[in-house]
Amino acid sequence: MAASTSPPDHNGLLRFTTAGSVDDGKSTLIGRLLYDSKSIFEDQLEAVESASSQKGIDGTDLSLLTDGLKAEREQGITIDVAYRYFATPKRKFIIADTPGHIQYTRNMVTGASTADLAIILIDARHGLLEQTHRHSFIASLLGLRHVVVCVNKMDLVEYSEERFDEIVKAYKNFSSRLDITDIKFIPISALHGDNVVDRSDKTPWYGGGTLLHHLETVHVGADRNLQDCRFPVQYVIRPQTDAHRDFRGYAGRIASGVWKPGDKVVALPSGKESTIDEILVGDAPLDKAFPPLSVTMTLKDDIDLSRGDMLVRANNQPESTQVLDARICWLSESPLNSATRYVLRHTTRDVQAKITEVLYRIDINTLHRVEDDVTISVNDMARVRIKTASPLLTDGYKENRSTGSFILVDPSTHLTVAAGVVG
Amino acid sequence: MSDSNYNLDHLTELEAESMYVLREVAAQFDRPAILFSGGKDSIVVTHLAAKAFAPGRIPMPLVHIDTGHNFPETLAFRDSLVERLGARLIVGSVQATIDSGKVKEETGANASRNRLQTTTLIDTIEEHQFDACVGGARRDEEKARAKERFFSHRDDFSQWDPKNQRPELWNLFNGMHAPGEHFRVFPLNNWTELDVWNYILRENIALPSLYFAHERMCIRRADQILAHSDHLNLRPEEVPEMMQVRFRTLGDLTITGAFESNADTLGKIIDEVSATRITERGGRMDDKRSESAMEDRKKEGYF
Repeated sequence: MAASTSPPDHNGLLRFTTAGSVDDGKSTLIGRLLYDSKSIFEDQLEAVESASSQKGIDGTDLSLLTDGLKAEREQGITIDVAYRYFATPKRKFIIADTPGHIQYTRNMVTGASTADLAIILIDARHGLLEQTHRHSFIASLLGLRHVVVCVNKMDLVEYSEERFDEIVKAYKNFSSRLDITDIKFIPISALHGDNVVDRSDKTPWYGGGTLLHHLETVHVGADRNLQDCRFPVQYVIRPQTDAHRDFRGYAGRIASGVWKPGDKVVALPSGKESTIDEILVGDAPLDKAFPPLSVTMTLKDDIDLSRGDMLVRANNQPESTQVLDARICWLSESPLNSATRYVLRHTTRDVQAKITEVLYRIDINTLHRVEDDVTISVNDMARVRIKTASPLLTDGYKENRSTGSFILVDPSTHLTVAAGVVG
Repeated sequence: MSDSNYNLDHLTELEAESMYVLREVAAQFDRPAILFSGGKDSIVVTHLAAKAFAPGRIPMPLVHIDTGHNFPETLAFRDSLVERLGARLIVGSVQATIDSGKVKEETGANASRNRLQTTTLIDTIEEHQFDACVGGARRDEEKARAKERFFSHRDDFSQWDPKNQRPELWNLFNGMHAPGEHFRVFPLNNWTELDVWNYILRENIALPSLYFAHERMCIRRADQILAHSDHLNLRPEEVPEMMQVRFRTLGDLTITGAFESNADTLGKIIDEVSATRITERGGRMDDKRSESAMEDRKKEGYF
């Protein structure tokens, strides 16, 4: 049996992130997508309508649909990553909705880490702002290959083509310094719904599709690494029951590559070779497996393999290293301390790590390198050198999101203090 | 090589994510458990766990907090599932918590044991020293849940602090904790109600009969239909009548609203869920107490 693949008319799952501040209409846009795609239920809408009238707002404030926590409703701000779901007949969507203010950089990074695409909102009246740069840089750093720039509040600039073109030009100029391959520009009004789900008759000069149409059809399958076989062992299954006395299965999520029974594999770090016997999901054998499937592999030989080890192919191996150059985002209120031994978690492996050098801090508004002040505190981005107590099996993040990413944990507080990408 | 052969349908992708989360729980924690309510979400979690650890047994017990107000069908289903999987079952009893004098039963027509079960749950966690409790909650259920992590940290008092959650990046889950603290883990975070139903259909997962349309004595209260039982305090004007109903969620007898339906197969239920315009928790009296009812209960250590 092969893993179930999508029928040709269905495009599976798209994860995207939105970043923005209260004023640029992000919550309204998400509310609009949910509302116009009929993903809002009557009781949710009633709750929002009554909350809107209580606040003395004319009409329904769609942003109230997404601002979930009490503190947020009171202050009218979004302070954490909130996940939203909607589906159309073509696709299922997961939105990571994040606040846009600089003090929430870590939330943006979190939201972007699992996304395929980012929506960047620009207020048509204000054009590119610092936060536009910040969001775009984070999208680029976190390896998002697709960005949709929504020029919002077009109703407030009389749906001006000239204004739209100006913003497109400015954004293209800025983004040429980033590493994003696919950028789309769409003139919208989230408040009135122009070009969000339905085409607007107020922008006859705009020849492209609506935002939803783009989200439904954008092709992200090619973003998955199907070339370099990497299988971090997550858990070893040894039932030791009468029926399965000798069964030994290596459970894990395929990080990259296409795997088939009969493939020759190498176990790292031991370097021992074997051949894949079966690839299982539950009891069902697969004839091939690929990311992001969770499978159990059995091998023809009895080799020693445990959590944190990795199966790869002999002719295509990750780098084994104890010194990493990486870009990190600092997530903790306590600043980076070069004397602390952090726990570095990479794939399914934990190692002790020290940050031996801060090469530079990155000003995420201007993208400039700051080399004279390298104190790294919450929401800062930096390029660092890390030394680990034992070798890690890494690839560059650009080539492989799974084997190119890591987190740092402070062993005294158990808190996740940094997120890092290799290369 | 054409990559169109390598697109997964979204249920397969969600399944892969949930299996990964469950294996991460088994790998990172010493004493994990699955909170089993007998509802469809915890049944799906249990199914995913069976799949994630096959052909081995699920390496953690199922924990059921029995309010004493459960539907008898739920309990019968629980026992047969546990037997089929060869799983270990631990039951925490709300009645025992009440008898010990730690909590007081609510009185009046709207009395429910919903809130009381938090105390029993926390006691059970402490008694067995569970360091991770896996639940079937989903982010789409309720607005306070939209910000839940997969690994959600609880302090020594089982409290959730929504403003101070650990950032969760990629699929690198951090389950490190001090003694006495524990995690709630939600493998179905990214599923919607419809995903759950479609998956149940695809995997042919057995469910308690309560989810399917059946005849039952019920009463109407406000805009709700409640199952008639010994645990429900009837008001003078309320007269039980026979109705054709089914349940969309399975909580306690006293709070779980039924609705009139003739959906007696999974296919019909999915059609009904796809067409419905009310959220599934819209039928739960416990959420209607205030706009932030769920957030407040979660902070206290509710499921």
